[in-house]
Amino acid sequence: MATTEYNNPVIRWIEYRLPIFSFLDHSLGSGYPTPRNLNYLWNFGSLAGVVLMIMIISGIFLAMNYTAHVDYAFVSVERIMRDVNYGWLIRYIHMNGGSFFFIVVYIHIFRGLYFGSYKAPREILWIFGILILLAMMATAFMGYVLPWGQMSFWGATVITNLFSAIPLVGDSIVTLLWGGFSVDNPTLNRFYALHYLMPFVILGLVVMHIWALHVHGSNNPLGVDVKGPQDTIPFHPYYTVKDLFGLGVFLIIFMAVVTYAPNYMGHPDNYIEANPLVTPAHIVPEWYFLPFYAILRAITFDILFLDAKLLGVIAMFASIIILALLPWLDRSPVRSSKFRPLYKQFFWIFVLDCILLGYIGGKPAEGIYIPIGQAATFYYFLHLLVIIPLLGLLERPKPIPESISQAVIKPAAAE
Amino acid sequence: MTFSVSFRSVAAVAALVAGTAVGMASNANAAGEAPKPPSQSWSSDGMFGTFDRATLRRGLQVYREVCASCHSMDLVAFRHLGQIGFSEDEIKAIASEYEVEDGPNDEGDMFTRAATPADSFVAPFANDNAARASNGGALPPDFSLIIKARPGGPDYMYALLTGYDDAPDDFELSEGMNYNTYFSGHQIAMAAPLYEDGVEFADGTPATVEQMAHDLSEFLHWVSEPDLEERKRLGLGVLIFLIVFTGLAYQLKRRIWSDIH
Repeated sequence: MATTEYNNPVIRWIEYRLPIFSFLDHSLGSGYPTPRNLNYLWNFGSLAGVVLMIMIISGIFLAMNYTAHVDYAFVSVERIMRDVNYGWLIRYIHMNGGSFFFIVVYIHIFRGLYFGSYKAPREILWIFGILILLAMMATAFMGYVLPWGQMSFWGATVITNLFSAIPLVGDSIVTLLWGGFSVDNPTLNRFYALHYLMPFVILGLVVMHIWALHVHGSNNPLGVDVKGPQDTIPFHPYYTVKDLFGLGVFLIIFMAVVTYAPNYMGHPDNYIEANPLVTPAHIVPEWYFLPFYAILRAITFDILFLDAKLLGVIAMFASIIILALLPWLDRSPVRSSKFRPLYKQFFWIFVLDCILLGYIGGKPAEGIYIPIGQAATFYYFLHLLVIIPLLGLLERPKPIPESISQAVIKPAAAE
Repeated sequence: MTFSVSFRSVAAVAALVAGTAVGMASNANAAGEAPKPPSQSWSSDGMFGTFDRATLRRGLQVYREVCASCHSMDLVAFRHLGQIGFSEDEIKAIASEYEVEDGPNDEGDMFTRAATPADSFVAPFANDNAARASNGGALPPDFSLIIKARPGGPDYMYALLTGYDDAPDDFELSEGMNYNTYFSGHQIAMAAPLYEDGVEFADGTPATVEQMAHDLSEFLHWVSEPDLEERKRLGLGVLIFLIVFTGLAYQLKRRIWSDIH
């Protein structure tokens, strides 16, 4: 939209010097053409952005009342819960917001997997998404340590200890992470500093993610490229209002949990103050880490000179890093599962496998859970490294419509 | 057509993710071999739940006359009792029955004075070591968060308080320990704390073990979650607003999209 098209003289004056109005218009206004057939799964991207803002804002208010010291952290959180005006609300929003952020982002990722959103030309967009996931995991992990409950402390101890598996420098890295020789006050202080920093790193990654998105626009349920104006509708008002409705549905579910079951996704042990002398019966991470925790613990055997612990750590990180390579592992030219009858089935098996891994991650590493966890871990990598590349070669996709408008508008006209 | 299919897949994925969260949350808590505490009926249950004020008063009485000799409640101040209907004078009277150390005064000496509403409930022992020394090595846990810190919450507390029993013949009970059906491992250092007519309720309610256990559990639930009533009240308003808002947003969405579909 050219400068001259704005009627308001103030807007014209600003726009001439800083074209922010046309920038907004091209980013999420009527000047951003968007595929006309996006379904409700495409709500989760903007939803994740909203949740990020909820987390940052609620987090800033928590930080105003929190004390990052091992002697006061637990009590300062309880002071927020009991004596700060609406502190309990802010804290429960932040605490559950973390879980809901992962729910939203996991749905967003599985949507990308189902509709092939990672394929050319959206590889960099996808990789930034994986980087956001990694940054979120680091942020969530450090945030969980801050209330300094039993699970905070012991979770931090278990997870930071993983780095000791790295040959030669492992122990030094752990000492560096801890700022000492055990999880203690210096650990809490640096985790607090980093937990405040990381959301802004995520914000920067999100800007890159959206920048890359806007170059080629959103993928769509058919997975075919936009061929012309007949395939698109303006982002505003069509998708702004659709996102608004989706946000309303999300907030209903979110606030229902915050106000009626705020501790449902938490662990009771974290309401016991951290005690280095008492180890909880089962140390479990937050639910959103459980699939990765299962992969970590699945490797119970040494291979050559690599010991089980190091292999577990490698497997856990590989399970995420490999996702970033998906655009090159998947050789199929067809994006959407709609036209990939075989991939569609394997996709759902993969989803079930991830859920199974999450279930195993929450169970103690004993008995039948060990071989099940190993099988599920094996299948996770089999899917990504073998099944997906093979399907690209072997599968015969269904015929693909020529364009979005051809597939979407004609049946509608016939109705 | 595209629309309905996509909607179904959204629902499917959402259900799966929700299912995972549910499954995992319950796994994470499935520690210990004690039976699941039977679920009791609490006035704080449900969307409109509130704590029964008379119950809380009796529960406070049980805490002060029975539990407080071993269990601290550090995070609760006397003034907090104002939230559950105690008058200022009542709170001052309760607080003044306790002594706290204060100071240093102008001469640099520590001194003791009567507690004020701003003080926390006074702990029975000076420190954890003193508490252990008086309790055969076991540390009586602080009560400030006890309901939130135990799977099962008030149901567990009630089950534990009423769950004392003779040990089965094949059960080897350690010296100084007591058998409790609902305690993890069944061996608990605390002897059964409640006995019939152990307290004399000010409101004349017969002090059965069940009555005291119920009143104390509900009182401790308030102690752990003083936000519960306001949370539920606010939640109801928020949800009504959001449902109306979302309904309007949906109508708006339909209207705006009417030229597309």
